[in-house]
Amino acid sequence: MAKYKLLVNEKEYQVNVTSDTPLLWVLRDHLNLVGTKFSCGIGQCGACTIHIDGAPTRSCLYPVSLAEGKTITTIEGLSENGDHPVQKAWKEIDVPQCGYCQSGQIMTATSFLEKNPNPSKDEIREAMHGNICRCASYNRIEKAVEKASKTK
Amino acid sequence: MAKKNNIDRRSFLKVSSLAGGGLIVGFNFLTSCKPNVKPSVDISKLNFHEFNAFIKIANNGIVTLFAPNPEIGQGVKTSMPMIIAEELDVAWDDVYVEQGDLDTDVFERQVAGGSQSIRHGWNPLRETGATVKQLLINTAAAKWGVEASECFVKEGVIYNSKKEEITYGEIAEEASKGEIPANVKLKDPKNYTIIGQNIRNVDIDKIITGKPLFGLDYKKEGMLYACVVQASAFGKNLVSFDDTAARANEGVVDIFEFNNKIAVIANSTWEAMRAKKAIVANWDDGDNLETTEEYSKKLTALLEGKKFRTVRKDGNVEKAFKEADKVLERVYDTPFLPHNCMEPMNFFANVTDDKIELAGPIQTPQNTANKIANLLKRDVKDISLELTRMGGGFGRRLKGNFAIDAAQISNIAKKPVLLVFSREDDILSGTFKPALKYKISAAIKDNKLTGYHVKEAGINGNMYGLIPNFFPAGCIENYQVDLARYRSNITIGAWRAPYTNFFAFAEQSFFDELASELNVDEVQLRLDLLQNVKNTKDKRIQYSAERMEAVIHKVVDKSGYGENKDDVYQGFSVYYCHNSYVAEVADVVMEAGIPVVKKVTVAVDCGIVVNPLGALNQIEGAVLDGIGHAMYGDLKFIKGVPQSTNFHANRLIRMKETPIVETHFIKSDIAPTGLGEPALPPAIPALANAIKRATGIRLTKMPFIEYKEIFG
Ligand code: FES
Ligand code: FES
Repeated sequence: MAKYKLLVNEKEYQVNVTSDTPLLWVLRDHLNLVGTKFSCGIGQCGACTIHIDGAPTRSCLYPVSLAEGKTITTIEGLSENGDHPVQKAWKEIDVPQCGYCQSGQIMTATSFLEKNPNPSKDEIREAMHGNICRCASYNRIEKAVEKASKTK
Repeated sequence: MAKKNNIDRRSFLKVSSLAGGGLIVGFNFLTSCKPNVKPSVDISKLNFHEFNAFIKIANNGIVTLFAPNPEIGQGVKTSMPMIIAEELDVAWDDVYVEQGDLDTDVFERQVAGGSQSIRHGWNPLRETGATVKQLLINTAAAKWGVEASECFVKEGVIYNSKKEEITYGEIAEEASKGEIPANVKLKDPKNYTIIGQNIRNVDIDKIITGKPLFGLDYKKEGMLYACVVQASAFGKNLVSFDDTAARANEGVVDIFEFNNKIAVIANSTWEAMRAKKAIVANWDDGDNLETTEEYSKKLTALLEGKKFRTVRKDGNVEKAFKEADKVLERVYDTPFLPHNCMEPMNFFANVTDDKIELAGPIQTPQNTANKIANLLKRDVKDISLELTRMGGGFGRRLKGNFAIDAAQISNIAKKPVLLVFSREDDILSGTFKPALKYKISAAIKDNKLTGYHVKEAGINGNMYGLIPNFFPAGCIENYQVDLARYRSNITIGAWRAPYTNFFAFAEQSFFDELASELNVDEVQLRLDLLQNVKNTKDKRIQYSAERMEAVIHKVVDKSGYGENKDDVYQGFSVYYCHNSYVAEVADVVMEAGIPVVKKVTVAVDCGIVVNPLGALNQIEGAVLDGIGHAMYGDLKFIKGVPQSTNFHANRLIRMKETPIVETHFIKSDIAPTGLGEPALPPAIPALANAIKRATGIRLTKMPFIEYKEIFG
């Protein structure tokens, strides 16, 4: 066990865990931030996507030992009142079905739009390709990302 | 049970006043459910134990519906309250929907599956809303000294002919002392203001901000985390295990054997998962270990054999085939499929001497509670079960083996535990769509279809219920459906649109082949056959030829099917299941020599569309789900060991592979029917028929991606 200082959603935390613990489980079990989801645990689905220094990152594969000194953002810290343009577009289009993959989808979409504020349809499809939605809400994800890019 | 047309609402409802002012109504969300949702008000003194759902009207006019129905993603948590709110005549903005805790006693139809929730709820929900509205009107009328019949309601405000008005909130408390009216009038669908509107998912804000909702998000004071090590293959048993290394891991609380498995309990999920990997388990050689190649041969042998159970037989099929000029015969092959719910299986259990607390995502709470009571030799009344939102179901959460594991582990450990399956664990204890083969044969005489024979061979399961009586049953004089199966160690279960899902692929692919054999238009062939079933007296036939024709015409019209389009190859299909009718046209184009599906046009008749926004989501999802599994879905076995246990090998459809789905509803006044499932089955043959057009190759085996000559 070792102590780690983490900066998550602009708040400082200290956790006492083993160095190989994936950030996903630190967030979920230790910091009680359960918006970041576990699904495959092997970096294949994107359900666990968070931002580390602004970059979309699969927290299921990211050991806590690398996280010190980094700026970590989870779905809970994306906006004050759930009013990030991407969240608003998600609501407007009513994207979710079961909803389980959606925080990962939103985190992927937000950092994508940071980098590419005016994407083409193909770029959107490319960018969102790594996130699985088992309910296949893909048509709406596509629309919502497009909408968010226009309302920014 | 009261007769359908004559339900006396009085015995179905109970009304009481609220401590803080207002009114509470206890009722049953679905006719056959019993306790219990608990609203956030004290109902212990109200003797409301007969009910599982509540309407609360506070004196500020806010209406809260406490509903017991589990949500898997089909939107019933939104659409069912919409039905009540419609008849109650309140503004949707004033309605809050909450899913309360469940004390399981007996709750029967509280099963989210089979696309049936809405169909079963339609009448009772409307009557509940209308009865409460009438109670409020009666109370207001008495207060004003006018006839109830001269009062009317708009958005939670009651008016009389003297232009006086009173809100539901203002009259609620008084109404709680009134007599519950019987035989109330329901609204004319023409006057609906909520049903038919686009209403967003009631949990949307929580989902987009990452609030705890799902089973895996569940937390309880003092809770530990558990993982299980399960047999490495279907058919193997645990001989021994060495946990020395595992116990040396940090955070491990306990490791023990139970029910042919090993439980690992730790202080956190990761610690349990890590320790689990360090366990060395020895399994026996097992028996009847399945290998895909071998069971595929066995299924073929079954199709060619003589051991069948006939589930529908019209006329004389044998004679028709004997007298035929030509016989068309095709075999279709579909693999085992896992559900791959996005949220892995999990459950919370806290078994103590005086009670058993359970919580988690499950589609069959009652059944699971009963099983746990039996297993632990406890009274089911000791069990409480709290339902969480489900990260996908697709049939997987109908079987509660993970909940039973959680209860057993907690019972042995005497601790509250959250059992977490990894995706690999989920596959090792999965309940798969069984591998199936179909042989369909058509007898042709004088270029007419004279006989039709379906044979199904399955592992552990076969089509059931009315499926053998779906189209084209009743359309062909000599018609027969035969089933055969064999037993295996691989566990099977319902998978979104059970059996119809891939039977539609076989049947609707076959119809296109038949049309080209007969040299007739493939859409016309279906339309012509449908003429024969009109006015049938056969009670087993519950589909309507007219409604099927309507979706066919609609999809042809909207997709431009049959018009020659440059470089677009279209495939058609039509299917009836779960009481709904769906026709689809897939548009395929060739990109770099490979067929790519760009668009699917869908025509749906599912009766009244309660919430179009939610319904469209369901249909889009079902179509893409069908296409994804047809293209990539597979689960192979070698000696009982599943060969693909996570998303790197279990390929699911992703964004760039998805077509746009364009949906058209048939306008209808008929009670709503299934939505979550019926659009899936016809997507697959529509795609297969389009790929045939584009490439000349007829697909008869899933997954399609294995056709190297097409996909490289
Ligand atoms: S859970 Fe991390 S990518 Fe799937
Ligand atoms: S909404 Fe269910 S997995 Fe995406």
